[in-house]
Formats: sequence, C-alpha cells, structure tokens
Amino acid sequence: MAAASSPAPSPLSASAPVSRPAADRRYVVAVVGNPNTGKTTLFNALTGLTQHTGNYPGVTVESAIGEFTADGDHFLAVDLPGTYSLAPRAPDELIAVKVLLGLGEGVHAPDVVLCVLDATNLDRNLYLLTQILDTGRPVVVALTMTDLAHKQDIVIDIPGLEKRLGVPVVPVQANRRVGLPALRQALRYAARNAHEPGRPVRFPAVFDHEVDTLTQSLCDTNAHPSFPRFLLERLLIDAGGSIEAELTQQLGAEIRTQTEAARARLAAVGAPVPQVEVDSRYHWITQVVETTVQQPLTTSQTWTDRIDKMVTHKVWGLTVFLVTMAVTFQSIFSWAAPVMDGIDGLFKALGTRVGDLLPAGPLRSLVVDGLIGGVGAVVVFVPQIATLFGLIAILEDSGYMARAAFLMDRVMASFGLSGRSFIPLLSSFACAVPGIMSTRSIDNRRDRIATILIAPLMSCSARLPVYVLLISAFIPARTVWGIVGLQGLTLFAMYLIGLVIAPPIAFALKRTILRGEPVPFLLELPPFKVPAWRVVLFRMYDRSWAFLRRAGTIILATTVLVWVLSYYPNQNRVAQEFQARRATAAEEERERLNSEEAGARLRESFLGQAGRTIEPLVRPLGWDWKIGMATVASFPAREVIIAALGTIYNLGSDQNEGSVELRAAMQAERWPDGRPVYTPVVALSIMVFFALCCQCGATLATIKRETGSWGYAVFTFTYMTSLAYLGALAVYQIGSHLV
Amino acid sequence: MNRTLADLRPNEAGCIRSILGADGLSQRLAEMGFTLGQIVRVVRFAPLGDPMQIRIRGFNVALRRNEARRIVLDPL
Repeated sequence: MAAASSPAPSPLSASAPVSRPAADRRYVVAVVGNPNTGKTTLFNALTGLTQHTGNYPGVTVESAIGEFTADGDHFLAVDLPGTYSLAPRAPDELIAVKVLLGLGEGVHAPDVVLCVLDATNLDRNLYLLTQILDTGRPVVVALTMTDLAHKQDIVIDIPGLEKRLGVPVVPVQANRRVGLPALRQALRYAARNAHEPGRPVRFPAVFDHEVDTLTQSLCDTNAHPSFPRFLLERLLIDAGGSIEAELTQQLGAEIRTQTEAARARLAAVGAPVPQVEVDSRYHWITQVVETTVQQPLTTSQTWTDRIDKMVTHKVWGLTVFLVTMAVTFQSIFSWAAPVMDGIDGLFKALGTRVGDLLPAGPLRSLVVDGLIGGVGAVVVFVPQIATLFGLIAILEDSGYMARAAFLMDRVMASFGLSGRSFIPLLSSFACAVPGIMSTRSIDNRRDRIATILIAPLMSCSARLPVYVLLISAFIPARTVWGIVGLQGLTLFAMYLIGLVIAPPIAFALKRTILRGEPVPFLLELPPFKVPAWRVVLFRMYDRSWAFLRRAGTIILATTVLVWVLSYYPNQNRVAQEFQARRATAAEEERERLNSEEAGARLRESFLGQAGRTIEPLVRPLGWDWKIGMATVASFPAREVIIAALGTIYNLGSDQNEGSVELRAAMQAERWPDGRPVYTPVVALSIMVFFALCCQCGATLATIKRETGSWGYAVFTFTYMTSLAYLGALAVYQIGSHLV
Repeated sequence: MNRTLADLRPNEAGCIRSILGADGLSQRLAEMGFTLGQIVRVVRFAPLGDPMQIRIRGFNVALRRNEARRIVLDPL
C-alpha cells in the first residue's frame, strides 16, 4: 500500500474552488461592516420579512439571514457580526474571516461581499474594506449615513471613490429605502461576473517576501498548497491572534517558530508587525480620502454632543441611567398587561370550550389544565418578552446602550469585568440565551466566559410567571412605607437577588479559574439616532417566536410527562379500598372519600413515589413533595412548574368537581395536620430557589456551544443549583424563625 | 517626561507620537485609526472617574486611563 495519504480536511484549508452558481442556486451575499454603520438597518431594508435567525451555510453560529431577488436572480444574504478589522481576536471576527475565505468543510465563500461604509467615518471604515478587497471576493460598497454626512458638510466624490477602490459604490439611506434598487443591481452584476477586485494597498517588498517564504515552506513541508495568501498574511501580522493559534494546533509548533523568526526579521528592517499593515493601509486610505472627500475643518456641535453632555453628566447621567432602567422594567408590566389579560382570557375560554367537550376526569385535567392551562400560562408572557426585547433593541439601536456601558464600566471593573459585559447581562434579563450569544463581542476569552457564567443569574422573563403566581397568591397586597406595594417590592427584590449575587461570583471567578492580566476596554460611542423600527420590530418578533416554540415543544412535552407520571401506575388496590369504604359510608362522607382517594392515588403514582423519596431533601426548604417534584420537573425549563403544579393539584383533587384554579388550589393545600402548605415564607423560599437556579436546558446548551465545552455548562448548573438550595434553605430557616 | 493621553484634562488635545506595547490592544487602537500624527481630544471622564471619552478622526470612543497611558502624545 502506498504510504502517501491525502491530508485530512483541515478547518483552515480552502474548500473546493468556488463553482459558478447553477441556475437554480441562490447567490450568497455576506454583509460586513464596522459596528454602528447602519448595517443591520440596511440588511432589514434589503431582506424585509424574509429575515430570520439561522446559520451561515456550514458555520454553526447564528446570524441574521434573509433573501431578496434582483431581476429574477435569487440572493441569500447573511448579516455577519460588525467588526473593525479582519485581524481575528474575538470569536466574532474569526467567523467573519472563515466565511469570507470559504474556510472549513462545507463553507461556501460568499459570491459577493456587501461592505457597508459609514459616510461620516470614511477613513476608519475604509480600513476594513481594504482588508476585504485582499480576500479576493467580489465586493460592492454601500455608503450609509449619507444624510448625516450632508448635514456635517462632508462631500464625497462617489465616481472618484469607485475609481480608487475598483468596486461599485452605492449611496443608500436604508431607513427611507433610498438607493436600494441600485444596490440590488450592483450586487447582481457583481455576483454574475464574479470579478476579483484588485489589491489596492501595497505592502513593503520585504513583507511580501516574507509571506512568499512562508507560503513556500508550507508547500514543502505540508500537503496544504491551498492556504489563501490573505490567511498567511494574517498569520504573520497577528501575533497571538486566532489564526496563529489555530494553525499551530493544526500544523504543529514549527509554524510558530518560523512565523516568529519572520516577524523578527521584519522588525529588524524597520517593518514590524502589526505596524506595517496599519501604516500601509492608512497611508493608502489617507491618499484616497484626500482626493475624494471634502470635510469641514472644524466640526460644529452635533445633537449627539448635546445628548452626550447630559447622559454622561455626573448627576444627570446617573439619574437618566437609573430612570431608564426603572422605566424599562416598569413598562414591561404596565404596557404588556392589557395584552396579557387578553391572551389569558382567550386561553380560559378555550379551556372552558374544550373542557365541555371532554368527560370529567384525568384526561380533561391533562388537556384543560396541563396543556391549555400550562402552555397558556407560558404564552401569556409573550407580550412581556416582546416588550423587554423591544426596549433593549431601542436602547441598543439608539446608541444609548454604549453610554450605559461607559457609565457602568467603573462598577463592572470593580468585580473584574468591563462595561462590555453590561449589554449581555442586561439582555439576560429578557433571556439568557441571546444574552450569552451577545458576549461574542467581548474579545477577551476570560472576560467572556465570566460573563457567560453569571448571565443566567440575571432574572430572565421565564422566571416572571413563577414570581407572579406566587406573589399574587401569597404575598399580601399591602402598602409599606406609605407608597410602595409589598407585592411590587417582593418582585423587585427577586430581580435584585441575581444582581447582588452575580458580582461576587464574577469576582471569585476572575480571581480563581479565570485569572489573568487585566483586560483593556475600548468601546465606540456611536452617534445617537432614532431607532429603526424595522430592527426593533424584527427583534421583538424573532424572540417572541423563539419563546413560543419553546412553549410548544419542551414545555408541552414536560407537562405531558408530569401528567403521565402522576396518573400511572393505575392503582387497583387504592380504587378497591375506596370502593369498599364508599359502600359503607354515609352519603355526606362520600364526597370527602372521593377527594381522599384522589390524594391517595397521587401519592401512589410514580411521581408520588419519587416525590416522597426526595421529600427529606426539600423539607428543610419548607416544601412538601409536590412542590419538590414540580421543581424537579422544571429543570428542563423553569416555566414548567406552573403546568406541573396545575396537573398535580388537579389529579390530587376530586375530579367530579371539575378543574380547579391553580392559585385557589395552592391556597387550599394543607399539610396532614391542617396547616397551610404555602405560607409567605414558603413562597419566598420557592421564588429564591427559582431566582438562583439554572433551570433551563436551552441556556446550558448555549453555554456549551459558546464556550466549546460541557465543562462550563456543568459548572454553571452545579454552582447555581447549590446556590439556589442554600438560598432557599436560608430564607425558610431564617424566615420561619422570624415570623 | 512623556505626556500621555491619560494626563490630559477634558477638552485638551494632543498629537499621537507613539503607542506603547505590541499586543492586541495596540493593534486594535491602530486599526481604529489611532495612527501616528493623529490628533486626539479628551471629551470627558465618566461620572465615576473612569473610563474616559475621547474623540479621534471625528468619532468617539471610551477607554480606560490605564489604556490611555500607553498613548504617548506630542503637544499640539
């Protein structure tokens, strides 16, 4: 047998040469640009309602995907994360580079790259463009913020710019849909002709020579002739960057030695990396801007400056910040309430209608209380989730979120994080899953992981149903200190718990398993703008839909499972025993016996048996086995507890009476000695448990995906569950001594 | 003694002479347009004293004093 084998497919070697798209295939457009260039607004305007969250073909990372047509040609557009440069340091940027170069198995390089440039910041934006041109993909430039540039008296010679760049430049105003037809035409033309743009920026000859040498030596020693030149340039330039790490892992330490020697030679002749790249590119950019852009010498004070003066002011800035946060959380409740009442009414009506069709009994309880009631109890929260995501989208798109990070950085720094972690943590109040995904913009891995590990402590919207149920049933609607409602105060306290616990956890993590050099903080403060309603609406729709899917799958499935476990095994022994007792009982006794039988059946069910096994574990928290089992059932998704309790109490009550309202059932629940099971202290203990526990399969799966290891997911689950238990224990033990 | 960006007060400006260090931060700063000879102006400090808001090439960025200390300036 021949010893020579073909090399294994490597994640960094180019896939098969890009073939001309067949008539039935769609062209792929990658949309790239600096952050805050209006890229997302443009993407929305281009793709409209076809937009959804998905994966770039072959890359398992979620991004926005949409479709559009131009003169009968179909296009698939992928919105890549905003980045200032293709020198990959953050995971975001590595993805962008891999996609643009078509690296990795099954990754098809885009047919055309749409590069979004901010007309008010042309020099900095051109830096990324020159790198994209170097990848050799066909490029179309969309020039955004042209109205703002006009206001600032910036005049751009577009034909002149096109000539210098060698690619089409289309001015657009995405929010007013100006320039879109021309942009589609340009994309179609570029995709059809697949014209490789030139490399306008010249590097010094010594640098090119080093890249040639590196290419040659890789050809000689490895059977990898197909590394794109851009990749090897990046390897040489980005000391300690992601490409170096990945190639070293793939090809061995020798490549690092060679690269370091090349860097040393370049430094010796006065062309050190990374300076040589930056100087070459900005040298060219300065020439281009000088000949094509007229800028006023002095800039007048803009609206952004005036707003900034207020929102970053020592007193007013912090006031605005606190009021913004308060209004955000308040509005979730007050604005969403009417819609929630409507949905609640709908589900109640549906339950009654369906209930009338089914015979009284356990099946009716499953359908009416478990499925319609349980899922309905979750669907009711869609308006709140939509509102919260909408408000966060408004804060982000308007530019305020960056100011919030600016204000909060000092606070975050005191426990080892930076202002950059603020946005993911705030998003986690809606849902930890998008919160964790938005940590991709944090370029330091230790900071990113610390943020990911504490994000699930933020009180997400799925906890809200649990709080609302328990508070409305067991916390007295009293007013304290004259103005504040006790119920509202309790809810606020629940939100506060995660916020208070997270900092010391982050601090401890950064001192132990995530110890390292302090991380720099560098964040652009973009101009303020009116949020694009399309961006906001899409975010609300996309996240609500994700939540509904969850209700329709995992929550529904767990609810059915809880019902099955609490209904089976079918207990003839219990039935016979009660049959016998009923026969001899007086008329008025029978009612009581029916209800006793239901209780006995539930106790003997699989769920009851398991519940009594774990009861010793949850008794110190003040819980009975029913609460314990409902909590265990809620580990896949915490909202399940509502449907689980509904099912348990209905099966445990006299079915002839029909279904009972959950809140009333909980208030009526008694220990054998007649004391109520639920007291305010028990309700608090349950809420504290839910506030701290990581009862969310989706979050754990996201942590695994984003950190690349189950280890962090297991760690998060373990530490949060322990915290939750200890927290609930402390609340009950201390609380029951005080009351 | 070398004056750095961290030594400026609000509304003072300087011209970048050099950026110390050769790690990811100095590369990122350079990519964002902190090139030699560029003028940087301190806009303000955050209410809690850190980070600082600075303006370069017509846009605003926030960075901490610690990082600003690595940007060495010439007087205008």
